[in-house]
Amino acid sequence: MDYLVRNPATILRLTGEHLYMAVVALLIAFVIALPLSMLLLRSKQLATVVLGILGVLYTIPSIALLILLLPFFGLNRNSVIAALVIYTQIILVRNMVAGLQGVPTAMLDAAKGMGMTAWQRWWQVQFPLALPVILAGVRLATVVSIGIATIGAKFGAGGLGTLLFDGIAQNRYDKIVVGSVVVALLALILNRLLLAIEHYFEPARKIKRAARQIRSVTQTEAQTAT
Amino acid sequence: MSAIRFENVTKEFSNMARSAVDHCTLAVDKGQFVVLLGPSGCGKTTLLKMVNRLYEPSSGTIYLDGVDIRQLNVNKLRRQIGYVIQQTGLFPHMTVAQNIATVPNLLRWPKQQTDQRIDELLTLVDLPPAEYRTRYPAQLSGGQQQRVGVARALAGNPEFILMDEPFGAVDAITRTSLQDEMISLQKKLRKTILFVTHDVDEALRLADKIVIMRGGKIVQYDTPLNILNHPVDAFVKELTGGGDMVRQLSLMRTEAAMHPLPPNFQVDHQPTIRGDQDLRQALSLLLQPDTTALLVMQQQTPVGLLTLDDIRAATRGQSTVASAA
Repeated sequence: MDYLVRNPATILRLTGEHLYMAVVALLIAFVIALPLSMLLLRSKQLATVVLGILGVLYTIPSIALLILLLPFFGLNRNSVIAALVIYTQIILVRNMVAGLQGVPTAMLDAAKGMGMTAWQRWWQVQFPLALPVILAGVRLATVVSIGIATIGAKFGAGGLGTLLFDGIAQNRYDKIVVGSVVVALLALILNRLLLAIEHYFEPARKIKRAARQIRSVTQTEAQTAT
Repeated sequence: MSAIRFENVTKEFSNMARSAVDHCTLAVDKGQFVVLLGPSGCGKTTLLKMVNRLYEPSSGTIYLDGVDIRQLNVNKLRRQIGYVIQQTGLFPHMTVAQNIATVPNLLRWPKQQTDQRIDELLTLVDLPPAEYRTRYPAQLSGGQQQRVGVARALAGNPEFILMDEPFGAVDAITRTSLQDEMISLQKKLRKTILFVTHDVDEALRLADKIVIMRGGKIVQYDTPLNILNHPVDAFVKELTGGGDMVRQLSLMRTEAAMHPLPPNFQVDHQPTIRGDQDLRQALSLLLQPDTTALLVMQQQTPVGLLTLDDIRAATRGQSTVASAA
């Protein structure tokens, strides 16, 4: 633990690099996954094929995939980000498709019948209703990204993996421990944070908040009455 | 001019051997409550959904107030037609108030006007705004959800309302009370309503006129009483309960069978009955000793008399109104 106390700046820098890779990868992955999912919703056959391919990509070992990507992106963090985008696609797309499919057709019919444009139906009905499931996908993808980004250190991308690989090379057990603990903490914290966001958008939670509000209103009314 | 007119409307689906709706011509007058009735697959929902263009006819034309609906912007058209479906149609992630505000928001009403409208409508459907505005659909009973559904359909103050088996998913007792409310709402609002159901009792209770459909075709279009008394064929007779006299009685309202009060009529101690009660209830009162006539009341005022002869005439298919005239 001495290492942690003596090198806070280094650890902070490595954590920053690590987060950067994960966050950028997730943003890119999300922007690809959303339209892809909407496309897949239109055709079941296409969905089966694409989800199949993404599933196979997910099973490629990370080192192998990174080596495959090196010729295209170079020996830097771009390769790692590309790999993360590919890995998280299956998680994001599967959850988005499930979430969007879970919106009852009758409800979309009602929205359409009341005169919402396609865009309004998407923003006001379909997307908010699918959001909790989509966010669950984002959370899982985040944790996976934090884990896999550790490998990045081997490919010149920096990040907390640096501590692990240095530790092994120099036989410095303290570096290994600190590296693993910080990676684990990062994953745990992000997981909790996203879980909180997910719960915030959950209809069931909204109802509990509303119920509390109603109770407090009736209580105030009761108090003013007495 | 009819409020809604179907002219030779046909709808074919590629995956169906026969037409879902087959050359239907139908005119609905302004302010009428018209029920589309028939077994499942008869085309009633398809016919309904062509009015707000959720389906486009394969051929034929639909007119609203004389205007071909294809000439209107589809979203504008839909915003001026109320639409109620089974309870799944409420948006679960929005509060009652937000649900009702859907169409006003699409019409870009000022916030104050929308808020006022929400309170007005919740009061109208008997849900105190202070208590229900901020609730979510999941916090309401099936019947309450359906009332919010009706309020939401009325929000934009449409002339036309389409209702697709709106009370299909609620229990029998709630359904009856929702139907009663619908009847009294319609008395106040006089909207032009198309209402789809497969429940004969519901159709006979609510409708000014009933469209009976089978295999995509309109079999009969008439008032409930005429359909009961003069079914055009065995299918309609069977559907509406045919020779079962007691059942027929329970489906006819006293105000439809009564005769008008004679001039200088003296209100004495006659037993009374409400105009919206049915003839079976009237009959059991008339069978009491020393009762020869019932006073039919509408909102506490006597409007007509009902005797055993009236009931007999109604079931025989001779409306007393016609024989008196």
